[in-house]
Amino acid sequence: MPFITIDNQEIEFEDGMTVMQACELAGVEIPRFCYHDRLSIAGNCRMCLVEMDKSPKPIASCAMPATEGMKIKTNTDSIKRARKGIMEFLLINHPLDCPICDQGGECDLQDQALHYGLDRSRYEENKRAVKNKYMGPLVGTIMTRCIHCTRCVRFSTEIAGVDDLGLLGRGENAEITTYLEKAIESELSGNVIDLCPVGALTNKPYAFKARPWELNKTESVDIFDAMGSSIRIDTLGKKTLRVLPRLNEEINEEWISDKSRFAIDGLSKERIDIPYIKRNGKLISTEWDEVLNRITQEISKHGKENTLALSGKFTDIETLFATKYFVQSLGSNFFDCRYDNAQFIENQRSSYLFNSSIQEIDNAEVILLVGTNPRWEASVLNARIRKSYINNDCKIGLIGKKIDLTYEYSHLSDNIEHLNDLLNDRSPFSELLKNSKKSLMIIGNSAINFRDGKEVLNVCSEIAKKYNISTNNFNGFNVLQQDISKAGAIDIGFYNNDFAQNFDQKIKDHISKFNPVVFLLSCDEINHSILEGAFIVYLGHHGDVLAQLANVVLPTPAYTEKSSTYVNMEGRVLQTTRCYHPLGESKEEWKIFRSLSNNFSQKLRFNNLSELRNEISNLFPVFKEINNLPSSSKLDFGSATKIENRVLEYNIKNFYMTDVISRASITMANCSREILNKVA
Amino acid sequence: MKHPGMINIVSDTSNEIFEWSERNFSKVKIVIEKYPAGKQQSAVIPILDLAQRQNNGWLNRSAIEKVSETLSMSFIRVMEVVSFYSMFNLEPVGKNFIQICRTTPCWLRGSNKLLDVVKEVTGCNLGETSEDKKFTLVEVECLGACCNSPMVQINDDYYEDLNEDNFRKVLLKLKNNENINKGSQSGRRGSSPEKN
Ligand code: SF4
Ligand code: FES
Ligand code: FES
Repeated sequence: MPFITIDNQEIEFEDGMTVMQACELAGVEIPRFCYHDRLSIAGNCRMCLVEMDKSPKPIASCAMPATEGMKIKTNTDSIKRARKGIMEFLLINHPLDCPICDQGGECDLQDQALHYGLDRSRYEENKRAVKNKYMGPLVGTIMTRCIHCTRCVRFSTEIAGVDDLGLLGRGENAEITTYLEKAIESELSGNVIDLCPVGALTNKPYAFKARPWELNKTESVDIFDAMGSSIRIDTLGKKTLRVLPRLNEEINEEWISDKSRFAIDGLSKERIDIPYIKRNGKLISTEWDEVLNRITQEISKHGKENTLALSGKFTDIETLFATKYFVQSLGSNFFDCRYDNAQFIENQRSSYLFNSSIQEIDNAEVILLVGTNPRWEASVLNARIRKSYINNDCKIGLIGKKIDLTYEYSHLSDNIEHLNDLLNDRSPFSELLKNSKKSLMIIGNSAINFRDGKEVLNVCSEIAKKYNISTNNFNGFNVLQQDISKAGAIDIGFYNNDFAQNFDQKIKDHISKFNPVVFLLSCDEINHSILEGAFIVYLGHHGDVLAQLANVVLPTPAYTEKSSTYVNMEGRVLQTTRCYHPLGESKEEWKIFRSLSNNFSQKLRFNNLSELRNEISNLFPVFKEINNLPSSSKLDFGSATKIENRVLEYNIKNFYMTDVISRASITMANCSREILNKVA
Repeated sequence: MKHPGMINIVSDTSNEIFEWSERNFSKVKIVIEKYPAGKQQSAVIPILDLAQRQNNGWLNRSAIEKVSETLSMSFIRVMEVVSFYSMFNLEPVGKNFIQICRTTPCWLRGSNKLLDVVKEVTGCNLGETSEDKKFTLVEVECLGACCNSPMVQINDDYYEDLNEDNFRKVLLKLKNNENINKGSQSGRRGSSPEKN
């Protein structure tokens, strides 16, 4: 490998690196505004100047390729003077409004001005003022503060794939704007707020709420989709004020979707914080003891052995485990997580996981999407597909309705039937798949949430084997889960084969036959007509439709209020962190079931969270290791049945409102109104 | 008022829909062919120029949309180019687009006086268009004809060796739609030495 000398220190670097990257290797930090690891190089802020031997002028280190034998100096007097000069230029038009700027305290310009700024201004002319632009309900703008680094423009064109932002004019007239003042039409738009080095693009819902140094910062895991992105939750007292992405190369790089970032205002709306009991058709607030006694009576009355429990979008492993063992202790085996009717194959972990790992998308040459709209089901993952499309010219094929995915793809068919053609080599995509060295297949919920879901999985598995999508040492057969709860629920066996294939009908039959007590674990997405005749115990944190139908409502903490274990779509075990104590009288679900079990013959065997977790990992060894990617398993199932004709419909109709929290969020309501033109 | 080429806002007021004339469309195809397949965006400047010529010297929203459609570019990318170059006008301009050079050589040779003349004859200030829509007046930096300074550019042509008299004549003729001679107004060829 070639060598470069940085501040008299000789260091080895990789071919293709820039001088700035080489400096980083040497542990020298170079100040910058426009350069960003994940964006193309613009070289327009000039803050990164360094001295290079034989060059009479300083060079922009972010744009200069490092070459063998270069001698770079980063801390000479002339460089300091040059950077001071640049800083002075940047500040000519930058307002001195830090005291009223939301970026204050976490502003690159502020920080670097501390080192390179002059303590007085030599500029007597007026500063320019730029009209603020309207960029939608999420991104606030104070454009006078913009320093024209164009990071936001590069992000939206390169990563988000929407050509909405641009830099118009030049010199003094330059300004960042959207085409005709419309909202940025991307599910990732919030990331421009983090990218903007100054306070020009800011978090609109968070405007003037707090200063960064007064916030409590908790590292946690996002639960709004099944990726389990790494996030940081900033709270003040019992209020979640904002969510930021954390760097995680394997999952979300450094992005998160707008839902993960902005749905949090829903956490303080329509909350259930005390137990309720229904009397004369009305939910009346009451005491814990009373509800627990009532539930105990009802369970005995309705027949313990028929008790049913259904999990929802956010149900964590602790809850699932406690529920399962509680229900079993009653002599019942009726519990299920397939409220969306998405099928899988029992005891085949690879039939419900994203086996290749999210990171492998970067290396894919061909990607086949089956009944999935990744842009809405996992927005950050979709950005990775786009990245692969741009960097390795990855070819993408879609079976499903035509949609805008932010990259080009060949639309193979609207109909799931097309799988038959693929299997028999009659698809226009067959040739591509045959010649590709690394292909992925991504199967979405809409492909498998039907009674023939299992057959679809089996045929897909055959296709994967046939085209070497899945080989001995690599498994490119992927199921894209939509809910963070799903993979884990299947992992701990929270399902009953009796309910397979047609969830609604079978649950309905069960309920009308036995009229049992039904525990709904924040299960809000089911068709409530199937619950008729049941005694409904709703456990959850939001007063959504089903809570209102319930006979008993038990308050439980939201994801910011408890530490939970989840399994993401790749099968990685992840743990969230509690940011503050549960609201009101809410109690964790496992505590509720633990105390309920006191009233029955069999007590659950744990008394606190660590005992519970021990118990879980003893019974299910996958939970022993956290954050690890499971080793990919081979496809051990598959059969070539004929798939029946069915037009695919994506099950998510509104990205901004998919669950109880986002449905309660005003910000999300604004987004769906403005961006999707849907009345919320 | 501002130079119509130095604003960042598309004019939305005209409802005219821009369609390529047949002649221009064949030119468009020739220009695009100069670039490798898939790199048609590189043709954006010449294509915008064609559109501006067809649209009486300025680009309205429809014309820019047409260009972005022709080159499969997004609107904002074309708009960035249009707003960057002052040669693309975003507001209607008069029939004669007068660019008066105000850089040092021309200024030393009397461009200030020319400015007075042109303001008087056309009735416009810098950046303005006359009421009869015959003139738009803007100032520019050196146009590279300093050897024959002072000079102005009117539409595509240079008018050099100007003084108050001959410039006034030129402008009056333009006002009356009469023909005028391009180039040096003192009658010399190129920049050959002046007799004195
Ligand atoms: S708005 Fe922010 S990110 Fe965009 S160019 Fe200006 S300073 Fe850079
Ligand atoms: S970081 Fe190098 S020019 Fe901006
Ligand atoms: S200064 Fe007027 S043309 Fe050069």
